[in-house]
Amino acid sequence: MTERIRSDVAIIGGGIVGASAALFLRRMGLSVVLLERDLCGSRSSGVNYGGVRRQGRPLSQLPLAQRAHALWAELPRLIGIEGEYVRSGHLKIARSEADLASLENYRERTRGYDMGLQILSTRAVRERCPWLGAAAIGGSLCPEDGQANPRLVSPAFARAAQKLGANVRELTPIDMAAHDGADFVLTSGTALEVRSKYLLNCAGAWADRIATQFGDSVPMEPGHPQMAVTEPLPAFMNFSLGVEGGGVYARQVERGNCVIGGGKGHALDDLRARVQASGLASLMRQAADLLPALRHAHVIRTWSGTEGYLPDRLPVIGPSATTPGLIHAFGFAGGGFQLGPAVGAVLADLVRDGKTATPIDAFSISRFPSASGAATAGLEVSVVV
Amino acid sequence: MTELQPVIVGAGPAGIRAAQTLVRHGVRPVVVDEAPRWGGQIYRQPPPGFSRPKSALYGFEAGRADAVHQAMAGIVGQVDYRPDTLVWNAADGVLDVIREGRMDSVPYQQLIVATGAADRILPFPGWTLPGVYTLGAAQVALKFQGCAIGSRVIFAGTGPLLYLVAYQYAKAGATVAAVLDTSTFEHKVAAAPAMLRQPGVFAKGLYYLAWLRLHGVPVHQGVRLERATGDTRVTSLRWRQDGAVREQDCDAVGFGYALRPETQMADLLGCRFSYDEQQRAALPERDPAGRASIPGVYLAGDGAGIMGADAAEWAGERAALALLADAGQPVDSAREASLEAKLSQCASFRRGLERAFPFPADWAADVPDSLVICRCEEVTAGQLRQCAHDTGAREMNRLKALTRVGMGRCQGRTCGVAAAEILAHASGNAIGQVGRLRGQAPIKPLPFAALPNVGVGP
Repeated sequence: MTERIRSDVAIIGGGIVGASAALFLRRMGLSVVLLERDLCGSRSSGVNYGGVRRQGRPLSQLPLAQRAHALWAELPRLIGIEGEYVRSGHLKIARSEADLASLENYRERTRGYDMGLQILSTRAVRERCPWLGAAAIGGSLCPEDGQANPRLVSPAFARAAQKLGANVRELTPIDMAAHDGADFVLTSGTALEVRSKYLLNCAGAWADRIATQFGDSVPMEPGHPQMAVTEPLPAFMNFSLGVEGGGVYARQVERGNCVIGGGKGHALDDLRARVQASGLASLMRQAADLLPALRHAHVIRTWSGTEGYLPDRLPVIGPSATTPGLIHAFGFAGGGFQLGPAVGAVLADLVRDGKTATPIDAFSISRFPSASGAATAGLEVSVVV
Repeated sequence: MTELQPVIVGAGPAGIRAAQTLVRHGVRPVVVDEAPRWGGQIYRQPPPGFSRPKSALYGFEAGRADAVHQAMAGIVGQVDYRPDTLVWNAADGVLDVIREGRMDSVPYQQLIVATGAADRILPFPGWTLPGVYTLGAAQVALKFQGCAIGSRVIFAGTGPLLYLVAYQYAKAGATVAAVLDTSTFEHKVAAAPAMLRQPGVFAKGLYYLAWLRLHGVPVHQGVRLERATGDTRVTSLRWRQDGAVREQDCDAVGFGYALRPETQMADLLGCRFSYDEQQRAALPERDPAGRASIPGVYLAGDGAGIMGADAAEWAGERAALALLADAGQPVDSAREASLEAKLSQCASFRRGLERAFPFPADWAADVPDSLVICRCEEVTAGQLRQCAHDTGAREMNRLKALTRVGMGRCQGRTCGVAAAEILAHASGNAIGQVGRLRGQAPIKPLPFAALPNVGVGP
């Protein structure tokens, strides 16, 4: 017996983007069904590093990141938990004069975005961060950037949406998505059929498959950020750390564990990824150079996830090029956690108003030449997930 | 066929017999073992220079211990033996190891996983007090270092190890203040027919119990542990029996509820698992010869499911024969059949043991909210229940993500059993439905100091 649901909006993907869209749509009073193949927030949204940072993002992302920054400030009111969110400050380290010049240049270019970036000299870094290794010769501090626990925050968005009346369906893979001329029609086997006026494609690293079914093809590749965590150590690191040029990032959570990330793991299959010994050794070496306190610590756990990367490392956010009512939001290239709540808010704007005050033109799907051009949407029935 | 170079992980009874079998067929395996000397946990050897005789270290098992030790001594020149080598990750033909403190790797084409067992723990209030040990740890202290965990010791929990360790301690001169068994005398009577399939083992078990009673050790059956108390160290243990609360002074407690297989490596290798009702755990699947679901991977001994040390020896040999046969080597099929028959008979005996020393399946119902279940991350039973209630968590990995249970140094190897019991009870599901914690590298903590050139300098 197939259960049939009709809803204003159907969302595929219960990560932080889809779940926050559900939350904001419910606040607007629209009916929402949130469809998640696994458990909400159990993929990249729940297993990422947990950085909540604006510093270092390309300028095109900063308006969205600013909107997110304001939403993070009211996180407990939004989702009912603190989620270990702290504005610890984010320090981006320079390891050379060229790095420092690059950080200064970034500060100049982003002055209009209210990040309050402070360039720290070698002496200032030594004074304020005596726990940093000798390689750091300066840095750029964003005092209000911070960190949070993605394992807690992302599932909480889905629970908050559910409390506001969103129909949240976990363990519900969508195996068919199409538009029949009147509605979007989604089915999960023979158990469930969902019909909606709008469809939000928030399926993360797997969203390109859904986009393709509607003629929106994008050159997205999966990637697997590599993460590790130590046992709890005495508190020493008062900032979340990045490095100009990338390679390694680190933070210390309130419990004392140091979370370190950098480099790429490998895919076990379509859904799962893992750290590799060689990559982990490289990550541990870089982290120990940056943070000498780690030399006597242990890594107690490693993990990775599956994230979508587009060639320009910018996400796709906005309407389909082919199918009215279909709106995409995916391809965050490892940087979606901080943006997530604002992307959800933007998606809700787009559904209700057809537009949003937050600039998103840089994220249009039309920046990629579509393979087919013409929509394969319509009556075609396709397996998409 | 001598170009075969299989790797055996674990130099306990299963790993040693597997290695011996391969050597007999002209194959030189790599034998990787975490311990500095071979023997495994059950036949763990003291450090060089310790002089206690095997009869004192292993009791009735001295003959078997000696045979296993001799077997390895006899082939050590014909295997690539790598002691003090911890496997922390395994995948795609490579074991990532820490060998004598440094990172290294060991490639393999065929792999025999003989990773053994650890104590199965159910916490009780006070279990994190100094002086409270697992039964296995109490035994290791005695076997490895010749130390007792205390001078007035209570042993508690259930399983054959309970009586064995109490006996060993009493023989070594410690005062065994009490033996508290959560299973009942009736359980043992009901199990007797099945256990008579291995009358020798059964008789030993009865002997330990009788010996303890004869020497004035109070043995209480059908108990429920209430609380260990003490300020800086345990000073007494309280329990309930037949509706009454009783208490006994002590300076150490050893407790445990039989054993739990160390399956993390099989998990990292991608072996298929299925839930085993009798062992109340998800176990890696294997055929009667020990073949795992991954070609080239063989499972032997308690690491694949608790069968005991004797069965581990047979399973190690059987897995090695399967490996050889799969590689095209002629093997003795009569020997294969006889080993499988012994293993099958042993499985019946294990079913009897599970009836004689049943796992306290109602444990979770009585646990107070304040009890710390995960000591690495300090997660209480109440937090687990609250999470199940507030978030609808029904699965172990979700519970872990939301509460940190099993996220600490032990990666759930200590607390996983208890957390699953709490979740099952709180969510009203059968224990087999809450899933199992996903294995993640490192299997045991990986020191930064194991990296080349780290751990030196300022």
